[in-house]
Amino acid sequence: MNEAQELRVKRIENGTVIDHITAGQALNVLKILGIPDSSQGIVSVLLNSPGKFGIKDVVKIENRELNVREVDRIALIAPNATINIIRNFNVSQKKKVHIPTFVEGVVRCVNNNCISNSNEPVTSKFDVTVDGNLRLRCAYCGRSIVEDIAKHLL
Amino acid sequence: MSANGILSVNIYLMQFLYYPMKFKGHHIISMTSFSRDMIDTILETAERMEPIALGKQRSDMLIGKVLAVLFFEPSTRTRMSFETAMYRLGGNVLNLGSIDASSIAKGETLADTIRVVDGYADAIVLRHPKEGAARLASEFSAVPVLNAGDGAGHHPTQTLLDLYTIKRESHLEGLKIALAGDLKYGRTVHSLCYALSLYGAEITLISPMELRMPEEIISDLEKRGAKVTEADSIESAINDVDVLYMTRIQKERFLDPAEYEKVANRLKITPELLADAKPELKILHPLPRVNEIHPGVDGTPHACYFRQAFYGVPVRMALLALVLGAIDS
Repeated sequence: MNEAQELRVKRIENGTVIDHITAGQALNVLKILGIPDSSQGIVSVLLNSPGKFGIKDVVKIENRELNVREVDRIALIAPNATINIIRNFNVSQKKKVHIPTFVEGVVRCVNNNCISNSNEPVTSKFDVTVDGNLRLRCAYCGRSIVEDIAKHLL
Repeated sequence: MSANGILSVNIYLMQFLYYPMKFKGHHIISMTSFSRDMIDTILETAERMEPIALGKQRSDMLIGKVLAVLFFEPSTRTRMSFETAMYRLGGNVLNLGSIDASSIAKGETLADTIRVVDGYADAIVLRHPKEGAARLASEFSAVPVLNAGDGAGHHPTQTLLDLYTIKRESHLEGLKIALAGDLKYGRTVHSLCYALSLYGAEITLISPMELRMPEEIISDLEKRGAKVTEADSIESAINDVDVLYMTRIQKERFLDPAEYEKVANRLKITPELLADAKPELKILHPLPRVNEIHPGVDGTPHACYFRQAFYGVPVRMALLALVLGAIDS
């Protein structure tokens, strides 16, 4: 991050930086992570930031270290994202997100007649496969979501 | 609560590792969970059940067992054949009865209904208008759930009885089958084709353009070993196949009633059309039919659809006996 950008979003002392988010998806990333509801600390969002591989979004969450299970869900909409755990201003861990094989409570089934869209006490469940395209298959009705997954976030 | 093994797609492999061929306690939700060995076990068990289904032998295999029949949608064949299957094996049936008179009318969720009913019965048969209802029920039930149709989703017991009919009346190995009618929306033909692909069948699909089988399913079938061709008339395929599986074309799929008439007439089977068919050709239909099979076909040796409806009884007897552990698989 160059000096000009640093003026916009300062370094964080402790927390998580999600870098290389597909441009335009930062707010959806927050939605998947349940932020701000699940986080009391300061959250900074940088949209359309120029990077080595083109424009990207960046999210910085202060005083919270995200666990692998919650961050991997981000891969559904930002497959190139990296997670940096920051401790005392230094990167203590860095990893790429991995597309999970199963997600629960992240997206809504596109089938209006699916039982998961009724008033039953269940959360949506999808098996995730990558066969050229990323495909989310509803564990209840079997209907697939292939395109524009962000549009179906809960 | 859940029974000890849910037959669902995402644990497909695991179930064979930990529950090899054991049906006891399993839910029957979708055909996609069945291996060929599992299907063969069910069909062989059904064959042994046939004398009992015909009333020629008596059985008390399921004496003391109770089957809850929860039908949230109308049904004739499926509901009655499940009930008959249970009675023929000495068991009892507990019917939900009218929905208007039940707690469902007061807004009770399916999950709650299932949690209550699994305390009254040893197995639950469920038909529900919403896709995925049976899977949901299986998550809340401590007893096996048998899916008797969930909206436009799955109807595995229909597929199993179709396979049984083909086995009994024709043959599953080296089968040449044509499926005619609504191949786009028909859940019955989709899951039947998937199951037939396990036997390497040669499948001919006959439908109007607007009701063609989805490309994705055809591609899946080919990957699974089926040989699939498409035709637009029954005449071009009928002389070469062992089985013709007819389905009903629903009028509401067409905006123009004249177009419906045209299509429905083109996919109609008459005694004249059967003149050059193989003598051993068998015609199946899940019923109810409207006019896609001329009544003149009923008396020919080709007609199998009423026996097919009967075969639902031994197949459902086999499933009940297996999931309730009366027969060791």
